[in-house]
Amino acid sequence: MTDTVLTDAAHPMPHITGYPAARDARCPFNPPAEVRTKTSERPVTKVQIWDGSTPWLVTRYADQHALLTDPRLSIDETLPGFPHMTRGRSETAKHTPPLITNTDAPEHTRLRRMVNMPFSVKRVEALRRSIQKIVDDLIDTMLAGNGPVDLVKALGLPVPTLVISELLGVPYDDHEFFQRNSNVTVSHTATEEEVAAASGALAGYLGELIDRKMAEPEDDVLSELAAKVTAGEMARMEAVIMGVAILIAGHETSANMISLGTLVLLQNPDQLDALRGAESPKAVAAAVEELLRYLTIVHTGVRRIALEDIAIGGEVIKAGDGVILDLSAANWDPEEFAEPDRLDLTRSARHHHAFGYGAHQCLGQTLARVELQVVYSTLYRRIPTLRLAVPPDEIEFAFEGVAYGLRSLPVTW
Amino acid sequence: MTFHVELDEPRCVASGQCAVVAPDVFDQRDDDGVAVILDESPADDLLDDVREAVAICPAAALRLVEG
Ligand code: HEM
Repeated sequence: MTDTVLTDAAHPMPHITGYPAARDARCPFNPPAEVRTKTSERPVTKVQIWDGSTPWLVTRYADQHALLTDPRLSIDETLPGFPHMTRGRSETAKHTPPLITNTDAPEHTRLRRMVNMPFSVKRVEALRRSIQKIVDDLIDTMLAGNGPVDLVKALGLPVPTLVISELLGVPYDDHEFFQRNSNVTVSHTATEEEVAAASGALAGYLGELIDRKMAEPEDDVLSELAAKVTAGEMARMEAVIMGVAILIAGHETSANMISLGTLVLLQNPDQLDALRGAESPKAVAAAVEELLRYLTIVHTGVRRIALEDIAIGGEVIKAGDGVILDLSAANWDPEEFAEPDRLDLTRSARHHHAFGYGAHQCLGQTLARVELQVVYSTLYRRIPTLRLAVPPDEIEFAFEGVAYGLRSLPVTW
Repeated sequence: MTFHVELDEPRCVASGQCAVVAPDVFDQRDDDGVAVILDESPADDLLDDVREAVAICPAAALRLVEG
């Protein structure tokens, strides 16, 4: 979508531009220039989205930090005026039961505490060794053949998909089925019917697995959800949809971080050298945070609606107004991150908004961090000559999803 | 000067980030992941980690207070 300034005489709305705006192909990692201008000039301003509605866009880090813990802002996507990400999402929202992704406290707190444990720090740390093995095995396979390979297929997608399959208890052999369908559900270009069909297929698939695990529990998240259904703490449908949400959220995001992170590091050889030489886990962890900040793959904002009037950034967001918080803008806000255009793996960036902020901050963040720490500290050491196999301008970005990424990343060594 | 850490438990969404950045001071409860304070009056050398934990807590459920 290009950035159109609407100056319809009947509805004069001079400052309203279309959202999301396209990125400049010459600097695809940078948030669109007009969004960055808003951060400095009109940090709280209205934009027009796909359905013609005009929610507020909040671009400053400090404003997002305040709003995302403000109880006057709601994530209830059934309220009229909610600024849905896509047409597909606006349709599915009508039929979605209460979930962590669409409820406010105290209901959200109750639901989230039910699914938190598998993603707790201790349980995720306990997976580090098996994640390391997954990564080592995939790199062995790469090295056993000759380059070039597509890093998205060879490493980016399989790492998080193997990890989330193991954690949930979903057979990895079905990955083509669930990857294909989850891609549709998070696409900005899929039709309502396509999204409904894909969500339905995933729900049917996970429902059968949960039923099987009710009878024969194993040591995995679906079995834990199944046990909550048996105990009457959760409806079967809730468990199914929770499973679908984890499966969808859990692989494409990390996959995109792996391939985009590699591309940006190959284009910043001094930073790549520093990372390769990093001795301490702390330095690797800091590098992951900076890459999360710099790339902010969830690039089209998190969505909310105001329940009451809220004065912020010199404007008043009225009760019932939609609110979009552009995380990439906040992570490139020079007031919070000096020289945001500079990738600096030593900066302290951990307070970034790449996983959102507030009660809905990413459930899988600890898992994603460990996956990325393992990949970034292993791949470039084991393949020190890793390089692009095509000219940089032939690398195709995918911007249509909720998280942006690469269609493929041909590399050789 | 001494400091102590306060947790507003009903707000906690159990993201566990405090236990990542300040593992000597915070842990997560076994059944639901809600934060647990291990050390209410952390020593000076832990204060930077605790300040970071307070700053990144997504639920704004932590406070470091003087006295
Ligand atoms: C680098 C990888 C990832 C990024 C950048 C990311 C980003 C995000 C963001 C920005 C949100 C907040 C949405 C909002 O406030 O409306 C979120 C929520 C969520 N994420 Fe992630 N995510 C990643 C990986 C994962 C993984 C690996 C999982 C699961 C295993 C996961 C599961 C979830 C879930 C279930 C939520 C909803 C939480 C709630 O509403 O309470 N994510 N993620």
